[in-house]
Amino acid sequence: MTAVVEEATEPRALASEMPAGRTTGWWGMVMFVTTEATVFAALLGSYFYIRFQSGQWPPPGIEDPKLTKVVIMTALLLPSSVPVMWAERGIRKGQRWRLRAGLTITLVLGLGFLAMQAWEYSEDLKKHTLTTDAYSSLFYTITGFHGFHVAVGLLMVGWLLAASLRGSFGYRRHERVRLTAIYWHFVDLVWVAIFLSLYLSPRL
Amino acid sequence: MSVSTEPAKLDQLEQEWGERPSLHSWFSTVDHKRIGRRYMVTAGIFFIIAGLDAMIMRTQLARPNATVLSPEEYDQLFTMHGTAMIFLFSTPMFFGFGNFLVPLMIGARDMAFPRLNAFGYWVFAFAGIVMFSSQLVGKAPDGGWFGYVPLTDKPYSSGINLDVYSLGLLFLGVSTTIGAINFIVTALKMRAPGMSLNRVPLFVWAIVATSFMVIFALPALNVANAMLFLDRRFGAHFFDPAHGGNTLLWQHLFWIFGHPDVYIIVMPALGIVSAVLPAFCRRGVVAYPLLVLSIVTISIISFGVWVHHMFATGLPQLSYSFFSAASTLITIPSGIQIFAWLATMLRGRIVVRTPFLFLVGFIVTFVLGGFTGVMFAITAFDQQVTDSYFVVAHFHYVLFGGAVFPMLAGIYFWLPKITGKMYAERLSRWAFWLIFLGFNTTFFPMHISGLLGMPRRIYSYPGDLGWDVWNLISTIGAYILAAGLLLVLIGVIHAVRRGAPAEDDPWGGDTLEWGTASPPPPYNFAVVPPVHGLHPMWDERTTTALATGKVLEGHQAMTTSELDGQVEGTIEMPEESLLPLAAALAILVVVLGLLWSWYWMAGVGALFVFGTVARWLWPPERSPEEAGVA
Repeated sequence: MTAVVEEATEPRALASEMPAGRTTGWWGMVMFVTTEATVFAALLGSYFYIRFQSGQWPPPGIEDPKLTKVVIMTALLLPSSVPVMWAERGIRKGQRWRLRAGLTITLVLGLGFLAMQAWEYSEDLKKHTLTTDAYSSLFYTITGFHGFHVAVGLLMVGWLLAASLRGSFGYRRHERVRLTAIYWHFVDLVWVAIFLSLYLSPRL
Repeated sequence: MSVSTEPAKLDQLEQEWGERPSLHSWFSTVDHKRIGRRYMVTAGIFFIIAGLDAMIMRTQLARPNATVLSPEEYDQLFTMHGTAMIFLFSTPMFFGFGNFLVPLMIGARDMAFPRLNAFGYWVFAFAGIVMFSSQLVGKAPDGGWFGYVPLTDKPYSSGINLDVYSLGLLFLGVSTTIGAINFIVTALKMRAPGMSLNRVPLFVWAIVATSFMVIFALPALNVANAMLFLDRRFGAHFFDPAHGGNTLLWQHLFWIFGHPDVYIIVMPALGIVSAVLPAFCRRGVVAYPLLVLSIVTISIISFGVWVHHMFATGLPQLSYSFFSAASTLITIPSGIQIFAWLATMLRGRIVVRTPFLFLVGFIVTFVLGGFTGVMFAITAFDQQVTDSYFVVAHFHYVLFGGAVFPMLAGIYFWLPKITGKMYAERLSRWAFWLIFLGFNTTFFPMHISGLLGMPRRIYSYPGDLGWDVWNLISTIGAYILAAGLLLVLIGVIHAVRRGAPAEDDPWGGDTLEWGTASPPPPYNFAVVPPVHGLHPMWDERTTTALATGKVLEGHQAMTTSELDGQVEGTIEMPEESLLPLAAALAILVVVLGLLWSWYWMAGVGALFVFGTVARWLWPPERSPEEAGVA
């Protein structure tokens, strides 16, 4: 055992470029996403708690959320994970163009999502606002909090794109791409839970 | 190639890892030992302030109808006392222990994310300063440490007091969360080669379990506080029954966090007990696998007992039965730990020194607190004594007995390692007996005054209810306790200033922190220690390797596999930086902007947060060969 360790701790043996196994950054991001997912779980839990304590849902005077725009938003956001994956696969092979192209497509899809959300809000706000009742408080807080996450994710993607244009990444060095991808997939998946809970389930 | 024969390599390491003492390095350090010490000192200062709050309250309550404090002042004092002891003292103090000890115990050179670690400290310090400074201007939170709505919601609490509470705790939550993530990743990836999961010291297991509880519990508190802030500031209706909200939602969210938090506080303390005991029993802790299993079991069950804080709220009986059963169940793993420690003492050769005394004090008080805890798990009893001084007695036995006694044991035990100086044994024994006596004199009578019907949180009481004598005894006890704690402080200062130099391993301890100098050099270990068993320092192969093995050169640390601790490679560790401080300051600007309703300022702060973080993580420009381009 000692001999093995000594050999492995030899500086030359340690100079290999890609560390084996999961990196500290990977675990850090996974743990961060886990605690973030718990935040959303607590928010959605609160939504259902209040909903099951109420009679009519949404409360009288507020109609079920409209689906058209939200379906389009979903259609923009869900596929936006694909170009990230494609970009990540590309940079693993050292193809910088794929990284740049993939990130750009994701950026456009994400911005589309946010623009649609702003449009949806502008119509919703005419009918009810954060201060109308508990239902509205939950609705705007949960969707707004998710929108904030999309915005943060887009900042990360945009930042990554800027760094990739300068030329920081390649098949040896691309951990930040991997970590941003994890975060983006998370933001994407959470939307499914929100879509099902806030938009579809009141129609059940 | 050994340490003894190659001083040149040590000089090289010293140069690469050392930080010259200067103002710049004071602000920019990322050394886990400096940060850990800082966590402990800062949390210690917060402990003193929150303790003084308690002394003022005990002075008021010494006699009936006293007028030392107005009701409003009393409200702020008990709220800040509880909030600070829970959030600003206990957890940060244990995070300080964890910061200092976890890398040393697993044979690492630093935490997995040193800069994030520095950032976490600054955020904690600023959050504490924000919350305590509200006390100076008489605007401190005044709704109790668990801030029940509707009392804490508008219109019943106007003023800024509860905004300090909700924003301060959210701010602090940033620090606690990233601290927890850092511990988990450090323990998973940075362990010395050969330290498979079944050889990880129990203290590290405890810190990791604590961190997992933080990851899953803290979000509930953060969501509750965000909702409270939105309710109060922007007119949302989460907790407002008149508009479809629900007041019990707050209690559920708070206690989904709050009960795991009891274990978040106590678990690291239990870890300290398991770490300190072997040195004074001259053998390893009995039943290591069972202890690990109880740590994990407690962490999981702790999420299924929160409703026992709500037995008097009128929820359905069936749910009471479930939570009552779960609360009783959790005594089994807790009991396993107690019996394992007792068995360790029974099978060992006991050496009585101050840390050991505090461990015994811990077992006595914690078991008493556990006893009343089992009583509370029974719904019928709970409903009789809820919100009385019986509760106050119970949780001080659990939290002071369960957390502070081990903490003090830990302070005396690791003081030589942290400062390189020994404490004075006689003085510390006086401190122990005063604390033990003072603690029981303060809190045992509260069981009785509680059973006699004295409600908690009253600022005064009339003289004809039979509570006078018990309150007077409590107050006398509080002064004895304070005197004992003062002796601890004097002892620590005396040791730092005039203490005898400590040996590297004054106790003959079994874990790796005793395998390096006291205080440890900036790089912790010149040779990454190979681990062959549960007690590396009682293993000649490890001690020989530490003395004669090959030096790991450069600003490097080793990473190993998660389960088996097999070598995976080395990583370059980050250098010192001012960015963590800048990022924490930027968040402080956001928090103050929100607090004072200067939303433009919060917006500017958010821009600075983004700017500093983007700068922090900006990758270096690399040539195509270096990055690897096809």
